[in-house]
Amino acid sequence: MNTAPLIPACGRYGEFGGRYVPEILVPPLVALEEGFLRHREDPSFRAELDDLLHRYAGRPTPLTRTRRFLSGTRTVLYLKREDLLHGGAHKTNQVLGQMLLAHRLGKRRIIAETGAGQHGVAVAMIGALFGKEVVVYMGEKDCRRQAPNVFRMKLFGARVVPVTSGSASLKDAMNEALRDWSESYEDTHYLVGTVAGPHPFPTIVRDFQRVIGDETRAEILEREGRLPDLVAACVGGGSNALGIFTAFLGNPTVALLGVEAGGEGLESGRHGATLERGKPGILHGMRSLLLQDSEGQVQESHSISAGLDYPGVGPEHAHLQATGRARYVAAEDHEALDALVALARTEGILPALEPAHALAAVAREARAEPERERLVVVNLSGRGDKDLAHVSALLEGGGSR
Amino acid sequence: MSGRFTQLFHRLENERRGALVPFAVLGDPNPEESLRRLAVLADHADALEVGLPFSDPIADGPTVQAAVLRARAAGTTVERGLGLVAALRRMHPDLPIGLLVYANLVHARGLERFYAAASQAGLDAVLVPDVPLEEAAPFARAARAAGVAPVLIAPPNAPDATLAGIARTGGEYTYVVTRKGITGVGRGELDPSQSLIERLERFEAPPALLGFGIACAEHVRHSLKSGARGVIVGSALIERFTKEPDSVPQYLDELRAATTLPPR
Repeated sequence: MNTAPLIPACGRYGEFGGRYVPEILVPPLVALEEGFLRHREDPSFRAELDDLLHRYAGRPTPLTRTRRFLSGTRTVLYLKREDLLHGGAHKTNQVLGQMLLAHRLGKRRIIAETGAGQHGVAVAMIGALFGKEVVVYMGEKDCRRQAPNVFRMKLFGARVVPVTSGSASLKDAMNEALRDWSESYEDTHYLVGTVAGPHPFPTIVRDFQRVIGDETRAEILEREGRLPDLVAACVGGGSNALGIFTAFLGNPTVALLGVEAGGEGLESGRHGATLERGKPGILHGMRSLLLQDSEGQVQESHSISAGLDYPGVGPEHAHLQATGRARYVAAEDHEALDALVALARTEGILPALEPAHALAAVAREARAEPERERLVVVNLSGRGDKDLAHVSALLEGGGSR
Repeated sequence: MSGRFTQLFHRLENERRGALVPFAVLGDPNPEESLRRLAVLADHADALEVGLPFSDPIADGPTVQAAVLRARAAGTTVERGLGLVAALRRMHPDLPIGLLVYANLVHARGLERFYAAASQAGLDAVLVPDVPLEEAAPFARAARAAGVAPVLIAPPNAPDATLAGIARTGGEYTYVVTRKGITGVGRGELDPSQSLIERLERFEAPPALLGFGIACAEHVRHSLKSGARGVIVGSALIERFTKEPDSVPQYLDELRAATTLPPR
């Protein structure tokens, strides 16, 4: 690590964040920041977004108290049901926000990167609603692994561009989107899919996702008369986690737990546990933690869930970890799969593999201390329909159970 | 600091010529062949810009990306890349050599240590394409401390305040981008950037080398007419090395012939 502290510039979360992009992208990022700040304060923007969130996407989402998942423990577990949002995951919240912003900034074309395809599907879906030309960059490997989502994006009228460069996965799709944008920024908005990338994206995405935590906070106070002891969420780039964490940041009694992809185990080298095993680095416009080798080449991550398969992480998470405000642990592939099946069998809810990691970590802690009374909320960030083929192959093709 | 680039620009001004600066990815297609190619380039050009292969080259188009993949597949580490520069430096003590390196490779080693290694390898200048002016201060400071000039990129959409900052911060040369987008040939209209170069001169920025998309003698003449002090030729050259390696010396000589400026 370098000994000299990097000079704080704009968009810093402690020593993380910033705007590490080619100079040509600085003016469009500055314009985006100005546009965001201007429209955020505009009551008509807020009103239109609230209307879309409510009448198009189905907010507020329910907060469901589980009945059987943690039976035998004294943990009271609530699930924030982002799986019931239109589109099937929390992605819809911030895509609506950014799309409306891009629309008001006069952009006719929208580009996005996607890994599993969930963000790409959300952009294609809402791009159709706004009549935008949508181009989604997706690693060639992911296109093959997630063929149904490629088809969904095409149904919504988007063009999906398979990316063959580098490792042909999410990070390379993000590289390609940045390349496109450095040529097209005048009429194009780059709709980044998570709380990562150059300033102001981490802030914009967090801002449009914080509705998850705001709703949770109000409802848990109403129903339990107090704040939760623990709020947990899975972390890939980290948008659903910051979405639910933000409303609780100012309440130190609320512990925050981020759960990363432990893959085949942290010692195996095949995981996506950036916060536990990464080192500070610079990628995709931000200084954050990164999975990288000793000379700084970025490494490939691994996870059973494509949505957690990213070698970087949002800079605010790196900061929350550094300050101790949030705690980060990993759940391995087999633990997530077990949690998915357990939730399906005990609650009749099929979670996506991503939030199944958070469920696994919470269940692990609850069962380790069954007598401990705790009020816990897990952000159930998406539903598992997209994972059916994968899970079926794992379970019935001689998988881990 | 009067480095090798500065001396070159003085000399070329007397000769009424612009500088021809080829770009190559260190270790492409493998370290041994790369060194042979660098030697050819050095013999037919005025200065060199070389790039360290990085896993995520976001400012580069398909040609440079492919070169980076070849170099990495052939085992070109940062250490080996800098070793190639050192070997080239031993052969050409007076050749101006600039390095292009993505931020994470500098950051991972530590800024002071990286620039010290760059200096030791014999580099005159270092350009970090994903560090814009507003993040450049610690990089520029570490570069100067090691006796290496920090080079910044001036794109066509930069406001005056940015160009003024580039003029204050940069050394040896300014990498002027002729158009939007990424490196590569035929990706869009070449913008002669005359006004951009005039603005840079007004702020007394280091001499402008024009890059992105320059492929033929006509481009070279066009660029120099706009006031640039030289041109950087990357993707077109890499493609030629791949397709017709034997024609490279002649190609460079043609480009170099086009660097002659009209008499004052």
